[in-house]
Amino acid sequence: MKIKKNIAVSENGFIFNPSSGESFSANPSGLEILNLLRQGHDKESILNHMGENYQTDSQTLERDLTDFIETARQYHLFEHEDE
Amino acid sequence: MTTKKRYERPVIKRLESNMPAKFGGRSNFEAVTHIENIAVGELISRFGSPLFVISEKRIRKLYKQARQAFETRYPRVQFAWSYKTNYLSAVCNVYHQEGSWAEVVSGFEYDKAISNGVEGSKIIFNGPDKTEEDLKKAITNQSLIHIDHLEELYMLQEIARSTRQRPKVAIRVNMDTGVYPMWDRFGFNYENGQAWDALNKIMYSGNMDLMGLHTHIGTFMLSPSAYAVAASKLAQLARMVQQKYDHEIKYIDMGGGFASRNTLKGAYLPGQDTNPHFDDFAEAISSALINSDYRPKTPPLLILETGRALIDDAAWLLGTVIANKRLSDGKRTTIVDFGVNVLFTSFWYDHRISPAQPFTAYTEDTVMYGPLCMNIDVIRENVSMPLLNKGDYVVVHSVGAYNMTQWMQFITLRPKVIMIDTEGNPHVIRQNEVLANLSSMEQIPPHLATFEL
Ligand SMILES: Cc1ncc(COP(=O)(O)O)c(C=O)c1O
Repeated sequence: MKIKKNIAVSENGFIFNPSSGESFSANPSGLEILNLLRQGHDKESILNHMGENYQTDSQTLERDLTDFIETARQYHLFEHEDE
Repeated sequence: MTTKKRYERPVIKRLESNMPAKFGGRSNFEAVTHIENIAVGELISRFGSPLFVISEKRIRKLYKQARQAFETRYPRVQFAWSYKTNYLSAVCNVYHQEGSWAEVVSGFEYDKAISNGVEGSKIIFNGPDKTEEDLKKAITNQSLIHIDHLEELYMLQEIARSTRQRPKVAIRVNMDTGVYPMWDRFGFNYENGQAWDALNKIMYSGNMDLMGLHTHIGTFMLSPSAYAVAASKLAQLARMVQQKYDHEIKYIDMGGGFASRNTLKGAYLPGQDTNPHFDDFAEAISSALINSDYRPKTPPLLILETGRALIDDAAWLLGTVIANKRLSDGKRTTIVDFGVNVLFTSFWYDHRISPAQPFTAYTEDTVMYGPLCMNIDVIRENVSMPLLNKGDYVVVHSVGAYNMTQWMQFITLRPKVIMIDTEGNPHVIRQNEVLANLSSMEQIPPHLATFEL
């Protein structure tokens, strides 16, 4: 599960896919997850990281992360093998 | 160790460059963390969720605004609180303390006004279903009886004859004011002569006192000019009565119907910004009366039965997010703990809903559902909301009118209502329902009392 290499992610959460011309925006927690994905973290490690940094429970995190990744997948932001 | 950050659900959304936001990107979101200086979280932890909260201060303020709008334009004004709009006794009594009479539309509401301590002569009795018993009581108490149809008129004549009491009456008049749909099912029609005919019948009977003329042209009216038309037509009838019988009409009752700050479903712009104010209605009505040809020695008392516009914006519904879900087409949905059985007005309005805690600038288009297992249970069909987490609180605005009377016990029981007084102290003014309230009205035939499974 890896974000496509050519996708640009700006510091303020603006995301641009040059191959489709589409742009997206993410909120701060979404941006944090995108960056972790780009660095190659897997779901488990992202969950740990988020759990350490945010006031929430692991169930909520797990559910929201799954939903987030699913949405990003629908937007074709991941490398082929995961699509 | 560093403190953890406040959690917000991660979201990513596609930016649609060719689709401008409906309201030019304006966001009307502001966290409403407090109601009358009490934290929403504190109210919910003390009184439960969902919870209706009414501000006594706001009620009095709205009332004063309305009164001032009319009293600066017309010499004699009297408000009569429309019980059906919200008949919680604490609410009615705030209006009565401010000087409002009572306007009722059923025997039950009539009795409620009496038990709240309103003098009979300051109760206006409207509605198509007054029983003989209701009418006798109202006549004895010298209440103002607004006749809706000929059967009622004949019944009153009969009671007047047999009891030798003189009922104080008015007729309800319906008319074309240029607004559609026209409310012509209540009262007597102006254009086709029914109203004039009814007035003649009353004057000829000789055993009733014709006190006034009444109309109620619709509800949530956005057009002050319709009131000007209605006031002119009533003044014209008053003049005809004066000319033919040398009898002065003592009051003209313009009913209710002024819009509140809410937004009707399907309206393009938010009602907060666009709906007319009390001043606009007052100007239309007062000018029409002052400029009419009806010139009695004392100007007729102008009665207003304003409901919605006096209470809607003085109440909020607090609730809690139960869950977030995605529909099969990917659409976001949020489930809250209050349904359409409690927030009846979600059938009419796109209620403004604010989160009760801070949030970032990110929003999502969401369908907001209540907790009932029914398809109709939609609080907002499409609302752009900040990201809400399970357990977050929301505040629904402008819920004071018709919810606390038309709500029903359906799947969930009705919640508590509190009123925050002018000093900022909360009081429970209606307890939440419990199973025992419902069970106390049921009876089980003996053969159905037991079973084995
Ligand atoms: C006779 C009469 N008066 C007053 C009202 C109060 O109307 P509103 O709440 O729209 O001001 C109503 C409501 O329908 C009514 O029927």
